[in-house]
Amino acid sequence: MRLRLEKRLEPSRAMLVLTPVLSVIAIMLLGIIIFDGLGYDGPQAVWELFFTPVLDVYKWRDVASKAAPLIIIALGLSLGNQAKIWNIGAEGQYILGAIGAAGVAFVTQSMTGFWIIPLMILVGMVLGAIYAAVPAVLRTRYGVSEVLSSLMFVYVSLQLLSYLITGPWKDPDGHNFPQTAQLTDAQLLPHELWDSGIPPGLLVALIGAVIFYIIVSRTVFGFSVRAIGEAPHAARYGGFSSNGIVWATLMISGAMAGLAGVLELMQLTRLNLGYPSGYGFTAIIVSLLGRSHPVGVFIAGIVLAITYVGGQVAQTFVHVPNATAGLFQALLLFAILASDLLVRYRIRISTTSPSTKGAHS
Amino acid sequence: MTKFTRRDFVKAVGAASALPLLGASAQAAEPFKVGFIFLGPVGDYGWTWAHDKGRREMEAALGGAVKTTYVENVKEDASAIPILRDLARQGNKLIFATSFGYMDQVLEVAKEFPDVKFEHCTGFKRAANVSTYNSRFHEGRAVTGTIAGKVSKSGVIGYLGSFKIPEVVMGVNAFTLAAQAVNPKIQTKLVMIDSWFDPAKETAATETLANLGCDVIATHTDSPAPLQFCQKKGIFGFGQGADMSKFAPKAHLTAIEDIWGPHYTARVKAAIAGTWKSEDFWDGIKEGAVKVSAYNASLAKDAQDAANKVIEGYKAGSYDVFTGPIYDQSGALKVKEGQKMGLGDLATIDWYVKGIQSA
Amino acid sequence: MTMTFIIDALVTVIGITTPILLAASGELVVEKSGVINLGVEGMMLVGTIAGFAVTFETGNPWLGILVATLAGAAAATIFAVLVLSLGANQVATGLALTIFGIGLSSLIGSNYVGIAIDPLESPFPDALANDSFWRVIFGHSPFVYFAILLVLAIGWFINKTRAGLVLRAVGENDLSAHSIGYPVIAIRYAAVAFGGAIAGIAGADFSMVISPLWAEQMTAGRGWIALALVVFAGWRAGRLLAGAYFFGVLMALELYAKASGHAIFPSQFWAAMPYLIAVIVLALISSRDGKDGKAPACLGKPFIPNG
Repeated sequence: MRLRLEKRLEPSRAMLVLTPVLSVIAIMLLGIIIFDGLGYDGPQAVWELFFTPVLDVYKWRDVASKAAPLIIIALGLSLGNQAKIWNIGAEGQYILGAIGAAGVAFVTQSMTGFWIIPLMILVGMVLGAIYAAVPAVLRTRYGVSEVLSSLMFVYVSLQLLSYLITGPWKDPDGHNFPQTAQLTDAQLLPHELWDSGIPPGLLVALIGAVIFYIIVSRTVFGFSVRAIGEAPHAARYGGFSSNGIVWATLMISGAMAGLAGVLELMQLTRLNLGYPSGYGFTAIIVSLLGRSHPVGVFIAGIVLAITYVGGQVAQTFVHVPNATAGLFQALLLFAILASDLLVRYRIRISTTSPSTKGAHS
Repeated sequence: MTKFTRRDFVKAVGAASALPLLGASAQAAEPFKVGFIFLGPVGDYGWTWAHDKGRREMEAALGGAVKTTYVENVKEDASAIPILRDLARQGNKLIFATSFGYMDQVLEVAKEFPDVKFEHCTGFKRAANVSTYNSRFHEGRAVTGTIAGKVSKSGVIGYLGSFKIPEVVMGVNAFTLAAQAVNPKIQTKLVMIDSWFDPAKETAATETLANLGCDVIATHTDSPAPLQFCQKKGIFGFGQGADMSKFAPKAHLTAIEDIWGPHYTARVKAAIAGTWKSEDFWDGIKEGAVKVSAYNASLAKDAQDAANKVIEGYKAGSYDVFTGPIYDQSGALKVKEGQKMGLGDLATIDWYVKGIQSA
Repeated sequence: MTMTFIIDALVTVIGITTPILLAASGELVVEKSGVINLGVEGMMLVGTIAGFAVTFETGNPWLGILVATLAGAAAATIFAVLVLSLGANQVATGLALTIFGIGLSSLIGSNYVGIAIDPLESPFPDALANDSFWRVIFGHSPFVYFAILLVLAIGWFINKTRAGLVLRAVGENDLSAHSIGYPVIAIRYAAVAFGGAIAGIAGADFSMVISPLWAEQMTAGRGWIALALVVFAGWRAGRLLAGAYFFGVLMALELYAKASGHAIFPSQFWAAMPYLIAVIVLALISSRDGKDGKAPACLGKPFIPNG
C-alpha cells in the first residue's frame, strides 16, 4: 500500500479554505509542544501568539498597521504572479516610494497646502513604478530574468537611502544623526482615521483590494494577465503583447510598493536607517499565500500581521525570545506552503503497485 | 525576570507583599512595573547586553519592589510604537527606550500616556513625561586613547567606526586628542564600516588598518571580532561596551564598559517615590556610568599611570580632553586655548580633529 | 608599495572572498538544476551556529565543519521537500527558509553568546604558513583551499562529466530530461541538498575562522551577495571564481580607500557596486546570442510532468 498523488482538474475550493486553517491549527499544536519543551508556558505562548491579537480590541490597530503595507504591496505583486512575472524587488520599490515622498517633503518643508500630500503619494508611486520599470526594460529588451534583476536593485536602493540620509537630506536640526527632518503637519496623514484606530493604510488596502478585484475579474487586461500566465509563449491576448504585460505588471507592482512606502513614511514621520523593514519581502509571501487573489491577499496580510503582533505580544507577556517568534513564523509559512499541495492534488491510497510513481516521478 | 503568566503574577504580588519593602512610598501591594525596549538581542554582548545588565542590577537592587519586562530586537521603525504602547498598557509606569531611533515613537506614545514616564537613551527630545539619558562615553575613549598613545610604536593608530554620528565622532576625537597628549605625533586612521554589527567586515577593516601600519586598533562597532584579529596579528585593541578580554587575552589592553545599573536604579527609585522629573542625564566616569576595565597585565606601568591620571582627572573634574587648543583636520582652530567644548557642542559635533585621517 | 603590503592586502581579499565564493558555488549547482533557493542566508546562519557550537562543545573543529555541512543540507532539505515534492513556490519558500535560519540559529545561539573558540588555522606547517612571503599561498584556513578546489571541481563536473551534463539538461529542459528517463526530482533534491551543505560550510567559515565567535545574524547579508555573484558569473564556475575575487577586491578597495583617506566615491556607492555590476553583466550577456552565460531555462519554474 502506498500514497499516491493525483492532480485535481480544478483546484479544490474546500481545500483552498481548509488547508490554511488546518496548517494554523497544526502549527499551534506543534507550538505548544515546542514552547513547553523550551521551558515556557506553551498554551499561554500560543494563546498570545494567535489569539490575543485577534481577541484584544486594543491590538487590532497594531494588526491593521502591520497588515496595511503588506496587503498594499502584495496586491500589486499578485497581478504579476498571475502572469508568472516575479517581482522580488518590491522592498526596493517600497524604499524608492519613501525616498520620493521624502524628496517632496524636503522641498516643501516650509510650505503648506492641500496638494503636498497628494504630490508625495504621486511622486512615491511614480518612483516605485520607475524603479520596477528597470527590471522590465532588462527583461523585455535583454531577456534578463526579473527575479534576479529586481532582487539586485533592492540592495542598490538600500545604499541610495543610506547616502541620502547621511548626506544631502540629513536633518539640519537632527544633531547630525543620519535621518531626514520630521514631516510637517502639511506632509502627514493622520495616524488613524476619524479616531477609529484604523490607519489610513488599511483603508487604502481595502479600496485597493476592491480595485484589483475588478481589474482581475472584469477587465480585458486582467484576463490577458491570467491568460499569459497560463500560456506564456503565445504572443498577444486581447490587444496586450506579452512584453506589454511584463511592463504593466512590474510597474503596477512598483507603484503599489511605492504607495506603501509613502504611507509607511507617514507613520514613521521621517526616513532613517531603521526605515527598511522587509515588508517588500514578506509581501511576496503574502501574495502567494493569498493565492494572488485580492480577497486571499487581504486575509493573508492580516494573518501575517497577526503573527508579527502575536510574536511581540508573546515576547512581552510570556517572555518568549524574539528568535522563537521568528522561527515559529517560518514554521507556519512552511506548513501553509506545504498544504498548497492538497489544493491541487488529492491523495489516493492505492494497494496495487503503481506503474506511475506519482505526480512528481 | 520571570515568565509573565497570570499564575506567576499572583505569586509575584504575593511575594512582593511579603518582602520588607524599600522606601516608604513603596507600600502598594503590587510591584512597580518597569519596561524596557532593546534594539538588539540581550545576548549581543554589546550595547543591548549592557542595558540588560543594568536592568538586572536595578532589579536586584530594588528586590521585590519592581517587576521588569523587556522586549528585544525592536526595530527602529513604526513598529516600536505598538510595543511601547503595550508596555504602557500593561501597567509599566516607567519605560526605558534604549536606542536613538526610538525618539519620535517614544514622544508619540508618551502623548497618549501622560501618566507613564519614559526615558529615551541618546536622544535629544524631551517632554513632561519624557527624559533623556546618555553617557559621556568619550571620557572612556580619552582613557583608551591615552593608553594607545603610550603603546603604539608606529605612531599610527587604527579606529573602526560605524556611522558618522556625533557619538562616534566625539569618540574618535577624544581618543585621538588623548593619544596626542602623550605622543604628539600620533595619527589616527579612521574607517567607517556603515554598520554597527558585521563581524566579517569588522575583521577585514581591522586587517586593512593593520596592513597600513596601525599597531593599536580601537573600535566603535559592536563585535569582538576586531580584537580577535588583533590577537592573531600580535597587535593591540580595546573592548567595546564590555570587558572582552576572554576573546583576546593578549590583545585586550582594557575596555570601556557601559554601566547603566546606577541610572536605572536611581530613576526607578525616583519614580516610586514620586520625585521623577523630566531631565537630561549625561553621566560619565565620575558618576560611575562609564567604567574602564582592568588593564592587561602586560600594559607598562607608565601607560597605566597615564591612564589612571585621566580617570582621576575626570573623577575630580580637573580634566577634560576637549580642552583647547583644538584644531580640525584642515588645521583651523576650533576651540581656543583654555576653552572647553560644552556638551551641547559635542552633542552635534561633525568634524574631526587634526591628526585623524578619514575618508 | 612593499611586498608585505601587497601580500597583506591579498590575504584580506582572500579572507573576505571565501565565504561568498563557497555559498555561491553551492547555489550555482542548485540553479544549474533549475531551482532557485533564496534561502542562502538562512542556510549559512544554520551553518554558523552548528559549526561554532559543535567545535566549542567537542573541541574538534573538523566535527564542527561536518555538522555545519549536515545542518546546511538539512535546512536545504526542508526547502527541497516543500518545493520539489509538495510543489510550493520557490521564491516564497526560499524567503521563508531565510526567516527559519535566522530564528533557529538565534534560538540555539543564545546559549553561545560571549564565548570565543580558537580559530581554525592553516593546515600547512608553521614554517610555510607564517613565512613572510609564502603565507600568501600557505597561510590560510582550510576553508580557503576547499573553496577554490570546490569551484574548480564543480566546473569540471558540470562541463566535463556525464552527470554534469544530466544536471544541466534538467535545468535547461526538465520535460525532455524527464522523457529520456532522468529522475528530475531526485537530481534536483541532490543539487539543493548539496547547495545547502556548502552554504553550511560557508557559514562555519564565519564563526570558526573570520571571527571565531557566534553572534546573531553574523553573516550580515552575505547570502544575498552570493546570489548576486551567481548572476554575475553567468552560471559558470570559472567566472564564479574570478567574480568572487573581483567582489572581494571591491570590498577590500573600499576599506583601503577609506583607511588611506581617499574615499573617491561615497561608501554607499562601493557597497552598491557588486549588485549594479551583476545586473549590468547579466544584461550584456543576456543580450548576446547563444546560450553561454544565460540563466538555466527552467530556473525557478516548477516541474510539472503531467500537466
